Amino acid sequence: MQMSEYKPLIVAFCCNWCSYAGADLAGNNRLAYPADVKIIRVPCSCRVNPMFILRAFQRGADGVILCGCHPGDCHYTSGNYFTRRRMALLFSMLDFLGIERERTRVEWVSAAEGAKFAATMNDFVATVAALGENKRLEDLRCKR
Amino acid sequence: MQRVGVFVCWCGSNIAGTVDVQAVSEALKNEPGVVFSANYQYMCSQAGQDMIKQAIIEHKLTGIVVCSCSPRMHEATFRKTAQAAGINPYMVEIANIREQCSWVHKEMEIGTEKAIILGRAAIAKVNLNAPLTPGESPVTKRALVIGGGIAGIQTALDIADAGFCVDIVEKKPTIGGKMAQLDKTFPTLDCAACILTPKMVDVAQHEKIRIFSYSEVEEVGGFVGNFDVKIRKHARYVNEDICTGCGDCVSKCPMKKVPNEFNLGMDNRSAIYIPFAQAVPKVATIDPNACNMIKNGKCGLCARVCAAGAIDYTQQDEIIEEKYGAIVVATGFNPISMDQFDEFAYNQSKDVITSLEFERLTNAAGPSAGKLLRPSDGKHPQTIVFVQCVGSRCDACAEKGKEYCSKICCMYTAKHAMLTRDKYPDTDVYVFYIDVRTPGKNFDEFYRRAVEEYGVHYIKGMVGKVTPQGDKLKVQASDLLANKQLHIDADLVVLAAAIEPDASARPLATMLTASMDTNDFFTEAHPKLRPVESPTAGVFLSGACQGPKDIPETVSQAGAAAAKVIGLLAKDKLQGNPCVASANEMMCNGCSSCERVCPYGAITYENKEFRMPNRTTAIRRVASVNPAVCQGCGACTVACPSGAMDLRGFANKQIMAEVDAICK
Amino acid sequence: MQTITREQLLDKAVSLLSDGTVQAVLGWQKGEFDYDITPAVFETEDALKKNFVWNDFCGANFSKYLIERTKKIEGKILVFLKPCDTYSFNQLLTEHRFDRDKVYAVGIPCDGMIDIALVKAACGDAISSIDTSADTIQVETLYDGAKTVDKASVLAERCVVCKSKKHVAYDELLGEDGEVLDNNRFDEVARLEAMSADERFAFWQNELSRCIRCNACRDVCPACTCEKCVFGNPESGVENKAVSDSFEEKMFHIIRAFHVAGRCTDCGECSRVCPQNIPLHLLNRKFIKDINAFYGDYQAGAEVGSRAPLVDYTTEDLEPGEVFDRGGQDA
Repeated sequence: MQMSEYKPLIVAFCCNWCSYAGADLAGNNRLAYPADVKIIRVPCSCRVNPMFILRAFQRGADGVILCGCHPGDCHYTSGNYFTRRRMALLFSMLDFLGIERERTRVEWVSAAEGAKFAATMNDFVATVAALGENKRLEDLRCKR
Repeated sequence: MQRVGVFVCWCGSNIAGTVDVQAVSEALKNEPGVVFSANYQYMCSQAGQDMIKQAIIEHKLTGIVVCSCSPRMHEATFRKTAQAAGINPYMVEIANIREQCSWVHKEMEIGTEKAIILGRAAIAKVNLNAPLTPGESPVTKRALVIGGGIAGIQTALDIADAGFCVDIVEKKPTIGGKMAQLDKTFPTLDCAACILTPKMVDVAQHEKIRIFSYSEVEEVGGFVGNFDVKIRKHARYVNEDICTGCGDCVSKCPMKKVPNEFNLGMDNRSAIYIPFAQAVPKVATIDPNACNMIKNGKCGLCARVCAAGAIDYTQQDEIIEEKYGAIVVATGFNPISMDQFDEFAYNQSKDVITSLEFERLTNAAGPSAGKLLRPSDGKHPQTIVFVQCVGSRCDACAEKGKEYCSKICCMYTAKHAMLTRDKYPDTDVYVFYIDVRTPGKNFDEFYRRAVEEYGVHYIKGMVGKVTPQGDKLKVQASDLLANKQLHIDADLVVLAAAIEPDASARPLATMLTASMDTNDFFTEAHPKLRPVESPTAGVFLSGACQGPKDIPETVSQAGAAAAKVIGLLAKDKLQGNPCVASANEMMCNGCSSCERVCPYGAITYENKEFRMPNRTTAIRRVASVNPAVCQGCGACTVACPSGAMDLRGFANKQIMAEVDAICK
Repeated sequence: MQTITREQLLDKAVSLLSDGTVQAVLGWQKGEFDYDITPAVFETEDALKKNFVWNDFCGANFSKYLIERTKKIEGKILVFLKPCDTYSFNQLLTEHRFDRDKVYAVGIPCDGMIDIALVKAACGDAISSIDTSADTIQVETLYDGAKTVDKASVLAERCVVCKSKKHVAYDELLGEDGEVLDNNRFDEVARLEAMSADERFAFWQNELSRCIRCNACRDVCPACTCEKCVFGNPESGVENKAVSDSFEEKMFHIIRAFHVAGRCTDCGECSRVCPQNIPLHLLNRKFIKDINAFYGDYQAGAEVGSRAPLVDYTTEDLEPGEVFDRGGQDA
């Protein structure tokens, strides 16, 4: 497969109150980013279980990004602080297992940051595309 | 198995321009559970909604997926549509193919492909949806206001005027708060007592308001609409109902050397006291730490002189339990301690005072009967130096002081300077400042009058050191604009001490499970759009407990908080958000992880008896979520290792189904 | 050998049982071989005298057994706790997993336990008997006759890097209490962190691909005490009981380590029981090392009621993207 044709599959978990609204704002402003990004709406970034992230990789995702309100701005006061700890530890563990650290990311995107959302997604897709297919956390039974 | 209907919206050309809507509705026809799929120009229009309703009835749909604009736009619309056609509103899922697809992708082929995948994910989710019904809980039509300063007074009056019962809990023997200690108020210079004390009387006389003075909140349970509160009414050793406030006991009390907190310790009061003449309730209080009778059982003079027989040395603290529908926090502020600011010689000279002490000095009911006299020798000060930002706007790394601007100091200092020059034109008045911040109606005009009409010397620069020498205070300062050092021999130095939340706020926040910032100011639910609500439902914020505020701002926030409370109490029942967490008792370990991440205190535990194999039973500790308190963030669901805790509407299985559908 | 003797433990157990303080005793008994010692519940003096064992193979951490055992008993159960076991004991109390009033905990000193795999490596698999009553261990083998091996050379890894000789919970202490030890238990994690990502992946692929999903690590783990494990629950959507793809092991072990992160006391039982000798404790230790580095030193179980790092936060915590700068790992 040639790199130029390779289309990574990106799952983006977005919190309802900030990042999902940020993604909507990117849309309102027609700020393009690759269609490889598929968004799943969750009430808060703290709803994202590490299991969901591994599940996405298992089923063939090449990158998983989690977006939430900026620390301090969580709609539920403290949700993203827990997210921050959970993901810091999870990502460090994935790295420890030799899984490319660039495949996972947490980004804080507010409802006003449509441009940041689009820029983040462009950057993340490019980063993951450069890595190529997810081989280290694949499940051969789920291969397309 | 669900019977799912799919409705693809063109949104004119907004979606149809980059998404082949016909192809999408065709492709989604073959997804599991889908029995009907159609597309239409404007799904949100009356015709579109009618089409959905008709399809629901005709095809006996149990769930619908609308591929359209953002759910933030029309989820509510389509839920109502579904409900109108007889299915549960939570059996609706939206695939966002406009904001997150057609508007951000340019090619038809790519947009169509993605729209199909997003539709598929929504179908996968709706297949696992279950009908949800919002829980209902009754509302206790009574409000609790914690703090009896101007914020609490105004909030209580506004709520009571709307016809609801209000209780005010004030930890001091009288309501009135800081405003009662002030002399004049900016920018109009009307006397604080003249505008405050009538309101205090209104509170006392209002049939809907009860005042628990000398009392503190001890325990808060329950949730919005149904708080259970325990209030500790401290023993004041005087029967409030009988005491007439005549003051005979106060004048006869032999123990007269107790520092008077109302005058900030600048004069003394007796062991039995009434804080000030207009106190509400106007009853005496015995200070148990000063009274000889309470301490040693010797004296008893006040009981003998009290004609009403109100003195009761055996009185005990009383615990009052009451139910409330809403709680307003109005705990206010205090000036910070000057102990750490040795450079200003506050603890070395009586003539270095804080601005609040200056208020008392100039107040007709104050220690000097309103004459501006030096605390040390009672002489009239000829040169007064005001120092701004003492402990405000400090460097984050500094070991003392606060990072924030205390907001009120610029204006009250202008007031002090102006009043001094007005009453004592022979006095030289200097004000040292970092910036003068006077936004607000008629505020800047006020400050300019101080400078232009009253000849107050405003100097940009900070005072470095104050050294008492003889009967003078040597003030070393810098004038940043003139770029020179200044030495002023002052008679009085007034420090604009930063203000901080009252010390009672932190433990109260813990009781209320309300959040605070690092400075112990209460956090609002949204800094712009919900400024008087705490993130904890049913808890509202009034006044300086939320951030530094002057009186006009406090009063308007107090009114706003009251409006929110009235809005809540006017409801007979509260409808909750049905997308809340719930624990599967069979899988729950009772480990308390979920409770520890819950920002709302919605999770409690109970020991329950479970049937075990071989007809035995066992007691297990299991979590239970109060749906009226849970806001549905889902933090608990991830903290729970067994997966016993799940979130309705965003269940583990639903989200994983979406993941699977997207990654298929 | 152990400083404290079987007789001392037995006397204590017998006296507590006979005076009615406890109704049962949680102790060790011999399995098929000298070296495979299994946990057992003794309800009579006879059973104790006949089967109770205490030697260098009594590594099993009893804390977890208390969850079920305390439910099945009216009075108290006696449990012997080595220093490291007391941490798990406290952690379970923090999580309200058993009723403290139903337990009589006797703290016993521990001189380290032997890893039979190391003995076998030194003396061969066919061990017919083994005598650990002295620091030089006498091994009888089927084919190579008698052999001796130094205890220090066959000490279990977790005992080599023993974190504490101090009991953090007990009702009664037999023998002397020790101190919390300064050890180098994170060296192996650090060594892996220093590798390249490719090397780390190869290392773990090699280790985890041996997993047979027997669930022994989960079943023995005193932090894995869920009423129903997500991996055994058909309702969870991630149930899987067999290995059919290398992903499954990773998923299982990552999630298992994550579920016990901040709650794992580093008792090392997971690696002890792994029939495939996968160094599973390294996953847990990685989390502990990270937690210490990111959020300040934290020892699960050191005190009852402490707040585990994953159910806590500060507003100044580091960002997930920053963990790699701090961990000192190379890509």
